[in-house]
Amino acid sequence: MRGSRTGSPGLRAPRSPDARRSGIPAALWAPAVLALAFLVLPLVALVVRVPWSRLPELLAAPEIATSLGLSLGSAAAATALSLLFGIPLAWVLARSAHWNPVARRSLRALVTVPLVLPPVVGGVALLLLLGRRGLLGQYLDAWFGIQLPFTTAAVVIAQTFVAMPFLVLAVEGALRGADRRLEDAAATLGASDWFIFRRVTLPLIAPGVAAGAVLCFARALGEFGATITFAGNFPGVTQTMPLSAYLALQSNPDAAYVISLVLLVVSVLVLVSLRDRWVSGVTA
Amino acid sequence: MRGGRSAATRTGAAAAAAAGVALLLAGCAGTAPGDAMTSTGTDTSADVTVYAAASLTESLGRIADRYEAANPGATVTLNFAGSSALAQQIMSGAPVDVFASASADTMRVVVDAGLADGDPVVFAGNTLEIAVPPGNPAGVSGLTDLANTALTIALCAPEVPCGAASTRVLDAAGITAAPDTLETDVRAALTKVELGEVDAALVYRTDVLAAGDAVEGIEFAGAADAVTDYAITRVMDAANPAAAAAFVDLVLGDDGRRVLADAGFTNG
Repeated sequence: MRGSRTGSPGLRAPRSPDARRSGIPAALWAPAVLALAFLVLPLVALVVRVPWSRLPELLAAPEIATSLGLSLGSAAAATALSLLFGIPLAWVLARSAHWNPVARRSLRALVTVPLVLPPVVGGVALLLLLGRRGLLGQYLDAWFGIQLPFTTAAVVIAQTFVAMPFLVLAVEGALRGADRRLEDAAATLGASDWFIFRRVTLPLIAPGVAAGAVLCFARALGEFGATITFAGNFPGVTQTMPLSAYLALQSNPDAAYVISLVLLVVSVLVLVSLRDRWVSGVTA
Repeated sequence: MRGGRSAATRTGAAAAAAAGVALLLAGCAGTAPGDAMTSTGTDTSADVTVYAAASLTESLGRIADRYEAANPGATVTLNFAGSSALAQQIMSGAPVDVFASASADTMRVVVDAGLADGDPVVFAGNTLEIAVPPGNPAGVSGLTDLANTALTIALCAPEVPCGAASTRVLDAAGITAAPDTLETDVRAALTKVELGEVDAALVYRTDVLAAGDAVEGIEFAGAADAVTDYAITRVMDAANPAAAAAFVDLVLGDDGRRVLADAGFTNG
């Protein structure tokens, strides 16, 4: 979905990628460096404050392993759910060009709302829908005896609510950029819609799906507000790493810095390894 | 997004904006003249920034209204959150004139860091009560019900003052509670009761009173053994020491005590 088009309306002749790399206008350097510093320096300050001499002792606290496991598991589940339901939704969004413009824009806005909604508000909204007195939750409770709040499932739901829009928008962008002529060609050769989706379109948009999944996973991993509101906070059940860091900050800041460091390292590892394996490998 | 729930839920974005404005004003006004120890004959029209425990939301709000009425031109900016979170912010250099904590331990952290101007004064006490949704659908009758795994129970996390008080009460009664969630501050626990998402929560008596008809309170024997002390202090390097002292005096005076008593606090 990005940078796929070469030969943009510039004045220079096409060059090799090596020659192109030096073409950064000088005026862009200063703001670029500032932007990077702005993003990185707070993390540097965090790393500096970590009590390195007590690190092994603080890392050994069983709560860290528990909440890290919960965080990774729930974020993976939220990403899987987002893929399962988000790709079809992105498909509908991308192929809605011939719809009534009002309907198309409304649909798009609805998908984007969770991105701008304060996560705590999202958590309250989830309680009002799925809580045991909620719009749907009261029937879940009455008919099936299912109470979602304060369960690990609630953590996954909160994370999915907040993170799925990232995936949907990324995949939608990839679909819009994909060459539909390949699908048409497959159709003229007699392939069914489902076959075309699986064997032509999905491979075509794989980089976009992967980028969206990585963003979605990262957002789910850092989720705080919706989780603490909808799922509550209990070690081993709903206390993910961000919740654990927030609570530790109240009583034991050193432990909070260590938890934050672990979350930071895990996030960087996940982002770097996934990007290398899926995204750049396919787009290059 | 971080800390969104605990930080100033009542005052919300307006308070955040007001805090920014107050900062600007404080910067322009410079240092308020006068001796910090006396509140008479000094500039008390200056603005005061107060960080206070979440459970003081209604009563300090009322006292702030009186302060503003008595000192034309003065604005009291209130920031309510969990005491421990506020203490952390003060230690990190937040521009605060007055700190009111819901726990002696939390106040001690600030005193030990050399950030309290003078000795903190205990100005109120609070006891715990069981809060249940209206009509008490789960039939909760006392502390022992908090050990019932079939019920959905919210407690405050042990890291925050109401959680520490809950631990003391439960330990003294020999009860091993079965909470489903450990909330990050007492108002979050109360909200879960108001929404009917939990069958019971252990919160402060004042929170039950403040919630009005939205929850019912159940008193229990032994609550008086775990009184939470509220302490107040001026913060070192306050932008407006005289105004800070005047505000503390108002809280400690007859007017302040009456407001606090009406809200259900015991007098410290």
